Amino acid sequence: MIFDRPKDTPAALPAISNVSRRAVMLGLGAGAFVLAIDMPKVGAEDAPKYAGDSMANGLRDDPKIFVSISEDGTVSVLCHRSEMGQGVRTSLPMVVADELEADWAKVKVVQAKGDETVVGNQDTDGSRSMRHHFMAMRRIGAGARGMLEAAAAAAMGVPVAECEAVNHEVVHKPSGKKMGYGALAKAAAALPAPTGDAIKLKDPAKFRYIGKGNIGLVDNMDITTGKAIYGLDVRMDGMLYAVIARPPVYLGKVTKFDAAEALKVPGVLKVVELAGPAAPTEFQNLGGIGVIATNTWAAIKGREKLNITWDNGANAVYTTATYRKGMEEAARKPGKVVREQGDVDAALKKAAKVIEADYYIPHVSHVSMEPPCAVAKIDGGKCEVWTSVQSPQAAKDRVSKRLGIPITDVTINVTLLGGGFGRKSKPDFAIEAALLSKEMGGKPVKLMWTREDDLINGYLNTTAVEHLEAGLDDKGKVIAWKHRSVAPTLFSLFVKDSKNESTLEMGMGLVDNPFEIPDMRWENGEATAHTRIGWFRSVTNLPHAFAIQSFVSEIAAATGRDPKDVLLELIGSDRKFVPKTAEPWWNYNENPDLYQVNTARLKKVIETVAKEANWGRKMPAGSGLGIAAHRAFVTYTAAVAQVEVSKDGSIKIPRVDLAIDCGAHINPERIRSQLEGAVVQGVGIAMLSNISFKDGVVQQTNFDTYELARMDSAPKEVHIHLVPSTGYDAPLGGVGEPGLPPVAPAIVNAVYAATGKRIRALPIGNQLGS
Amino acid sequence: MIKLKINGKDASFDGDPQMPLLWYLRDIAGATGTKYGCGIAACGACTVHLDGGAVRACQTTLGDAAGKSITTIEGLSADGNHPLQVAWRELNVAQCGYCQAGQIMNAAALLKEKPKPTDEDIDALMSGNLCRCGTYPRIRAAIKQAAANTKGGAQ
Repeated sequence: MIFDRPKDTPAALPAISNVSRRAVMLGLGAGAFVLAIDMPKVGAEDAPKYAGDSMANGLRDDPKIFVSISEDGTVSVLCHRSEMGQGVRTSLPMVVADELEADWAKVKVVQAKGDETVVGNQDTDGSRSMRHHFMAMRRIGAGARGMLEAAAAAAMGVPVAECEAVNHEVVHKPSGKKMGYGALAKAAAALPAPTGDAIKLKDPAKFRYIGKGNIGLVDNMDITTGKAIYGLDVRMDGMLYAVIARPPVYLGKVTKFDAAEALKVPGVLKVVELAGPAAPTEFQNLGGIGVIATNTWAAIKGREKLNITWDNGANAVYTTATYRKGMEEAARKPGKVVREQGDVDAALKKAAKVIEADYYIPHVSHVSMEPPCAVAKIDGGKCEVWTSVQSPQAAKDRVSKRLGIPITDVTINVTLLGGGFGRKSKPDFAIEAALLSKEMGGKPVKLMWTREDDLINGYLNTTAVEHLEAGLDDKGKVIAWKHRSVAPTLFSLFVKDSKNESTLEMGMGLVDNPFEIPDMRWENGEATAHTRIGWFRSVTNLPHAFAIQSFVSEIAAATGRDPKDVLLELIGSDRKFVPKTAEPWWNYNENPDLYQVNTARLKKVIETVAKEANWGRKMPAGSGLGIAAHRAFVTYTAAVAQVEVSKDGSIKIPRVDLAIDCGAHINPERIRSQLEGAVVQGVGIAMLSNISFKDGVVQQTNFDTYELARMDSAPKEVHIHLVPSTGYDAPLGGVGEPGLPPVAPAIVNAVYAATGKRIRALPIGNQLGS
Repeated sequence: MIKLKINGKDASFDGDPQMPLLWYLRDIAGATGTKYGCGIAACGACTVHLDGGAVRACQTTLGDAAGKSITTIEGLSADGNHPLQVAWRELNVAQCGYCQAGQIMNAAALLKEKPKPTDEDIDALMSGNLCRCGTYPRIRAAIKQAAANTKGGAQ
């Protein structure tokens, strides 16, 4: 078995055919998912908000918004989150369908347009979709079920207490009489949706889909036959095609340009200059020269013929080697204290031995296989956009502001996303398409970023230097811990000249350090951003986990102990705590009463992965095992990597095991798939991926120089281990991102075990080569 | 005038013969199942069959394709039930799904050459196809499942 098909995951049910049916939609939300509804109640007016309630426009759980049923019984469920590979179009509607007692074969998924005033928050990032929306989806399904039961009781003239919805029918239990959902839809739609205690959630013992992993992807047939429509696949009559030449250096400007040769390319219709933004640039487009043509090829050829003189501006100073030295210098000087307990300096002084190490991680790029793209048209002053975006509301807002039209005059149609990983949270490409359509008199324009554009002008995960010091007593026990993090901040997108990591970034694996050491201090040094820093899957958890988990194995090596034993000893006793941080603890916007740093859960994933990977077994020469663990997105993960290093220094990773405790497993099949993907993506980050700058310009321009894991470099065996949950009432953790952070340090630690060589800078590349 | 066949149907083009087949398929013929990923034959998202063999449509010009028969993901099977397509669905291979058309088209060519591919065959012939979501373990499993489910090897 190449990947686990665990006992809890039967072969997938055949997927439904997700095509439109001709039946008239009478249903619960008749009239196109109309405007709703009360905002969620949050108790006292100024009480802090957490989880879904803390997000812009909050959560919605009204079945009249999310569910409609047609006469033929087809249940349509609105998916208001963006599908980018996490399986959200399957998993969220599956929750609704289960509570609704719907037959999955009769469920159709409808993608919501971008409008948070109707559906609540749609920002699909932060590993939040199931974590924030599971209970809302349950209430939606259960509420709709209650309406169908009430309608059936009225139709049959029996007490509703005697009626029960079972698999797409309501059964009158005493008589056995049944009515189908299609027949009940119209009457049910006329009833009020139940609220509060009137919503009767299912007993989890009766779940048919939740927790089972027996549902195939709703888009499986379309994906495997080429019919799935991503942003880049949108077509319409009279559509034009465009690419943009953007400044090669961040905040560079066009000094002058000559379009004469470009306009001679057959198919090129127009060349236009787009103004660039001033810092902070947030989600704004970068400006440049747009080329609009009758097909993509002509637009690309035309762009090649442009003669542009750029003023590269102040960020032309950005050269990676120099910048890294600067970060290393900052990491050796005292920084802003962001969390402290005891007196770490005194403890380091009295330590029998002090170990220090600096770790470096480069920028990485999202490079979703579908590059950024959007189609926009403007008709009668109203703009309609089709795009693969993680943040449809932000796209709607920015497009309306840039066009100077009311937000209600912008429609955002969310297509499938060919990957996102955080890049498509930043809708600069939607703005560009709208501006180009305006230039063409409102005609539909498809704006595409080439792969080169994506790499050169993207938003990059931050680069970082992490400085660690540990003081050991004469028995080798760690008595002091100092961690200083230096990295340009993504807040530089939003606040000009930001130089310190935000609480959000420090909350990702730095100040929530789980170790139990008497004297500890965490600091943050300053760094200036010279490019667009943007969140990438798991964000600053990547540098923090890489450094901390590598350092733990270094301590083990220095004291001649087993890395897993040292890791468990550092985590210490079973406890739940809220870190005492200098600024309020971010904690992924979750309520600290429900979510703390839970060391027992962290230890459990370590023990689980160690057992499953047969940690501690004797490895042949040149082979080694490495271990790492991390808390991210209020979920706990641990990885064991197995590597083989040949004499020439080339590395193979035959197997990676990864254990996760994310609470209940709502769709275990998609949890496994995302974690398999995290392992493969983590292998690329550990081994290959590296964005570097020279004079302000990204040096990696396509997949020949920006390398990712491929079939031959990905592990042949990936084993995912789901730690059993305590039940559906326990708070959920995230899934999409937390698998990634432990992978690279586990690999680096395995390389050390195999070779005795310590890698402190990613990617590993050919650092072991002779 | 360039004449070619796309999924069994006659097609023609009287523009620049240097235009890559990829953009003809997507922008002019409207067959958007074939994806753009890199434009330099480094990702495999645009893999199609040219007279039965796998090629990268981004590096195949219309001049190259003249007089040839092209099969895209839309034409791989009449009903979407090529053994690979079936296996891809049974194992829920896709995450975002964007690269999977290219993966399936490349795998279909692989199975023609090697009806029962080994891990080494799969490494050698599938490593040109990138998947950013990291579905390689399931792609490998699906290729093997399709091969096992096809009498005498996949068609």
